[in-house]
Amino acid sequence: MKKTPTRVWLGIVLIIFSLLALPFALAYAGTAWVRIANFAILYIMLALGLNIVVGFAGLLDLGYIAFYAVGAYVYALLASAHFNLHLPFWIVLPIGAAIAALFGVVLGAPTLKLRGDYLAIVTLGFGEIVRIFLVNLSRPVNITNGPQGITRIDPFTIGSFDFSKPQTLLGIDISGPIKYYYLLLAVTVAVIVVNIRLQNSRIGRAWEAIREDEVAARSMGINTRNLKLLAFAMGASFGGLAGGMFSAMQAFISPESFILVESIMVVSMVVLGGMGNVWGVVLGAVLLSFVPELLRWTVGPVQDALFGRQLVEPEVIRMLIFGFALVLVMLFRPAGLLPSEVRKRELTEHST
Amino acid sequence: MDTFLQQLVNGLTAGSVYAVVALGYTMVYGIIQLINFAHGEVVMIGAMVAFTVINLLAPGGLPALAVVLIGTSAAIPVCMLVGYALERLAYRPLRHAPRLAPLITAIGLSIILQHLALLVWSRNILAFPQIIELRTFSVLGATISNVQVAIIAICIAMMAGLALLVYKTRLGTAMRATAQNQQVAGLMGIDVNRVIAVTFIIGAALGAVAGVLFGTYYGIAQYTMGSVLGLKAFSAAVLGGIGNIPGAMLGGVLLGLVEALGAGYIGEFTDLCQYAWLAGHIDACRGGGHFILFGSNYQDVFAFLVLILVLVLRPQGLLGERVGDRA
Repeated sequence: MKKTPTRVWLGIVLIIFSLLALPFALAYAGTAWVRIANFAILYIMLALGLNIVVGFAGLLDLGYIAFYAVGAYVYALLASAHFNLHLPFWIVLPIGAAIAALFGVVLGAPTLKLRGDYLAIVTLGFGEIVRIFLVNLSRPVNITNGPQGITRIDPFTIGSFDFSKPQTLLGIDISGPIKYYYLLLAVTVAVIVVNIRLQNSRIGRAWEAIREDEVAARSMGINTRNLKLLAFAMGASFGGLAGGMFSAMQAFISPESFILVESIMVVSMVVLGGMGNVWGVVLGAVLLSFVPELLRWTVGPVQDALFGRQLVEPEVIRMLIFGFALVLVMLFRPAGLLPSEVRKRELTEHST
Repeated sequence: MDTFLQQLVNGLTAGSVYAVVALGYTMVYGIIQLINFAHGEVVMIGAMVAFTVINLLAPGGLPALAVVLIGTSAAIPVCMLVGYALERLAYRPLRHAPRLAPLITAIGLSIILQHLALLVWSRNILAFPQIIELRTFSVLGATISNVQVAIIAICIAMMAGLALLVYKTRLGTAMRATAQNQQVAGLMGIDVNRVIAVTFIIGAALGAVAGVLFGTYYGIAQYTMGSVLGLKAFSAAVLGGIGNIPGAMLGGVLLGLVEALGAGYIGEFTDLCQYAWLAGHIDACRGGGHFILFGSNYQDVFAFLVLILVLVLRPQGLLGERVGDRA
């Protein structure tokens, strides 16, 4: 066992401290920035979930947002005025994650035999099917309320502690988004720990073997079918968890939030950061969440000053960044910004 | 019977457009085993360029046919250029990279193209101006319009032209040789890079025309139209057997039919009131009411269901050959 040097500990303490202080610093710039940070954390969670499927097991999933949608809708249906059900979140979140995992298996089972690019298209189709159902399942029985979406979703509450309401604790004013920030941070840290532990576990190594060479992995006695299904299920459950939290945080969801582009955004985060490397994925998610927002706040005013009007919508810039991130990373740094060791070897080695 | 024939006509029209778009996917896949994810966006750009030109010329008083022809001939070179640029800048450098790399690039390109189109044309829907005098014919109780006839005829002509090109010309021979074995084709004196670029260009040109036809049929074009159309066409290509040119044609037409008939009948089949043992329990059924589980608004689901079913049951497609590596 190597002894961890004091400097590393110091660094970790510093990071923890700055993460804890971050929302208050951001709140100075405006509550909007705290919300942006919250979304960044949600995306980290999503990207880490997708990383299990894409990064660890090497299965490109382009319909990942469907699981996020399942989690979000399960929460919205079981904890809102829509069906007049108000179950507490510690019951609903696990249900959402479990149902999302079930969807993951449903998607995974028929696609087990498919190779990479086919799988990508099928998952994409699956994501679209889920979205079409969300839009249309308002008739004949109103389940999803169609394109209008579901409103007045319950926030997280523990006893009288309501995450959506501002409060003064120990003389410090804490707004709703700041409370959610800490909650999201805690859950994400847990997700990161699970991811890292998974990667070095028996399961993680088996996934890696499947990714490198499925036939070889099977001949070594790895049950490729179950492990691939497990990857889908685990990835999906993280998506479902993130979806539930999104639902509670927003108090409103509609099919609009779960379009194909969202799936591609999460894929971009994983690819940019480095498939298979937990810290790379976190970096990718943080970059692709914050940079577009920064641009939104800078490019907009600059355009106003130069041309007197908005020439390019911030949303377009955001999407162009995602597109270029995917293309440029693949062309110039295929293993991502922070590549995982194995992946680096694999992606720089030219196959014939 | 009337519904059946009518949906058959509609399905055939949409299906022949899917077939032409599917050709773009299947040609590229056949030659370099790449899903050119951005092909749907090329089709969209074709429709947008053509619609812009058509809308400019429409008030000029030229005959409708000439306007549409000029619009289309403006769209074709633009799309060819885009197709070539995609291949040259994004796919060629990754030709020997692991398979996932060009696929991810392709997804990125499709996002880029879609949002560049948004920059150029904004979110507005471009409408097809009322210049073509719509005439309808009644055939065995189904109505078919002159536009539908024209679309089907043009698609058949293009497919026939492509088949001639691929199976009867030197270029076609070179394409097929490259598809079989790039290295050997290279040794035989075929400029592989050029052949691959030409494949992209031809696919893009077909896509441009298909985009115009699709837009004309539905009367609108928008920057988002490429992704779903592309996906459906891709499903069609897979249905027929990806990499197989006759397969793409067959798959496109079949997919159009499945979609049209599915949309036409799904409401009837899932109307729970027609099942006597259920109808008694549903209030909505009293007095001849309906309780339709899934209506025609689920039309878009069919293409994806077909795609998933084909890949699960017969991954090589209807006309494809079984390749060990493919499944």
